[in-house]
Amino acid sequence: MNIDKTKEPLLHVEGLKQHFRTSSRYVTKAVDGISFDIWAGETYGLVGESGSGKSTTGRAIIRLYDPTAGKIIFDGHDISGKMAKEDEKYLRTNMQMIFQDPMACLNPRKKVKEIIAQGLEIHRLYTDQADLDQKVNAIIEKVGLSPEHATRYPHQFSGGQRQRIGIARALVMNPRLVIADEAISALDVSIQAQVVNLMKDLQDELGTTYLFIAHDLSMVKYISDRIGVMHLGHIVETGTTDEIFENPVHPYTRSLLSAIPRPNPRVEKKRIALEYNKEKEGVDYTQGHLHQLTDTHAVLATDGEFKVWSKEHSY
Amino acid sequence: MSANRSLDDRVLSIRDLNISFDTASGTVHAIRGVRMDLFRGETIAVVGESGSGKSVTVKTIMGILANNGHIDSGSINYTFINEKGEKETVDMTKLSQKEIRYRFCGKHIAMVFQDPMTSLDPTMTVGKQIMEGMILHLNLSRSEAKKRAIDLLARVGIENPEKRFNEYPHQLSGGMRQRVVIAIALACEPDILICDEPTTALDVTIQAKILELIKEIQAESHFAVIYITHDLGVVAKVADYVDVMYAGRIIEKGDIDEIFYDPRHPYTWGLLASMPDTDTDSTRLFAIPGTPPNLLEKITGDAFAPRNPFAMKIDYMAEPPMFDVGGKHRVASWLCDPRAPKVEMPDQLKDRMEKMRKEGILE
Repeated sequence: MNIDKTKEPLLHVEGLKQHFRTSSRYVTKAVDGISFDIWAGETYGLVGESGSGKSTTGRAIIRLYDPTAGKIIFDGHDISGKMAKEDEKYLRTNMQMIFQDPMACLNPRKKVKEIIAQGLEIHRLYTDQADLDQKVNAIIEKVGLSPEHATRYPHQFSGGQRQRIGIARALVMNPRLVIADEAISALDVSIQAQVVNLMKDLQDELGTTYLFIAHDLSMVKYISDRIGVMHLGHIVETGTTDEIFENPVHPYTRSLLSAIPRPNPRVEKKRIALEYNKEKEGVDYTQGHLHQLTDTHAVLATDGEFKVWSKEHSY
Repeated sequence: MSANRSLDDRVLSIRDLNISFDTASGTVHAIRGVRMDLFRGETIAVVGESGSGKSVTVKTIMGILANNGHIDSGSINYTFINEKGEKETVDMTKLSQKEIRYRFCGKHIAMVFQDPMTSLDPTMTVGKQIMEGMILHLNLSRSEAKKRAIDLLARVGIENPEKRFNEYPHQLSGGMRQRVVIAIALACEPDILICDEPTTALDVTIQAKILELIKEIQAESHFAVIYITHDLGVVAKVADYVDVMYAGRIIEKGDIDEIFYDPRHPYTWGLLASMPDTDTDSTRLFAIPGTPPNLLEKITGDAFAPRNPFAMKIDYMAEPPMFDVGGKHRVASWLCDPRAPKVEMPDQLKDRMEKMRKEGILE
């Protein structure tokens, strides 16, 4: 895939903060000042453990939440703060989301074709009924379902098929950016592979850009061009997939990588996962700033930490 | 793990188990002729997709089968040391669910469920939940039970156990909650520990630790463990023996090396090949085409045939028997019949096997 980085990024996020006031005295800083760019046509993987703020990031970008602070520029439209009417319209038609649990996100009382057509109907993106039907049928076929599925209800499908409906609903709008929030975690291993391959094929065909949010690093490797590793509301390391996997610098990234189970009993029985404890090592994310290792590879650290961490590496 | 399993050490033997469920849309044959043996101190992993019947099998052992389910045939023989110190064998299919739960659950057979938040009582302190079983089954006094509960908390790796004893589940992190669940399961020193996807709800960084913990305690106490999982990484880490289930049948079984380094069933090939591998440069995952069969319909022949690229005519006509392919390795596929044409596993998997063998020798 050729990604033209000289162009403006499709999505530019700068200093995004999303805080939730949980009580009068306490504010949860779910996302605490993160910045990243996604270029058209690529897949950016956002990984981290639960509670790291990766899903919150996705939801703040698509404006399911109102971000506390920060700038989000999507294809030249400023979609942070109070949006102008045409910016909002642009966002709602050109950015779509695929959710984790396909049963929970599909209306159980609507037929598949109604679910898929809903977005087009709301935004009046069709000329007449025939055009609408044709659009819906085309996408149903594209995601690997058959036309007779269109008149069924979500409960009549298996988990993998439901997720295909979720993907069809997102892609029928012909979006520039799709946010996939743990889109495969609820599926069986053999079905996960099917869905990941489908998403890749559709990207090759339609040139869609993905923000792929997941906790499973091994799956993220297959789909992402670049990866951002999140921990406690901060992106601690970002780089191309190869850079992250072959040359992880941040101790959190390294502990995540060492925790991936390997399907090889002789190796796996001896594997010992690296431990990372932020408090024990005295790391404070708010003190650090991004250190560039290469054009694409950056790590969040203070100058002292950076010296220690990067010493063990080949740059 | 001992190479020769002695019959004296057998704790559980399941033979020709058939279970079906009555549903509004008909009868579902969830388990079709399962055979399984479990010996003291060893670990069996049951692998399969959702709906393959792996959970149903263990739920029957625990006496927590759903009300619409019934055992059509087969036996589950459980051998244990009874109150008088004698060895006793019972067929659990002959007992009522209530009896199984009263006599064996928690005391002889314990279970760790997937999600610790739903298996713990949110209104009870952690300590009280651990003591509950000990007071009921072992007739311990409260002070004795409390002492043992604190020991258990320390043993499952919880720091500051005296303080945690008085805390509620919501005050603990996910990993700690699962440790508490394990402490509860171990409270009465069971013979069999059943772990139903014990790490699926946890973060990867904690997963490995929980598995290591179970392994450590198992080595000290020599109980048998059954893992129910779809994660082959987990299997690789913990199992001595592996049973692969598909559509209610065990389609391949053997020891861990036989399954991982010499798999014979096309479904096992597919499962192994669809595991993401962080070392390859290939950007495409192998995927098993299609979806698992609907067990509402009667299955003729091999249930995997419609998804099997190597399916032969016979696969659609008759169900394959278990072929003995040497060692402890058994495969239910017509491809293992001597008359079948020789088929090779997918190239992708072959490359990986080669690499895995090398890695295994190197380390």
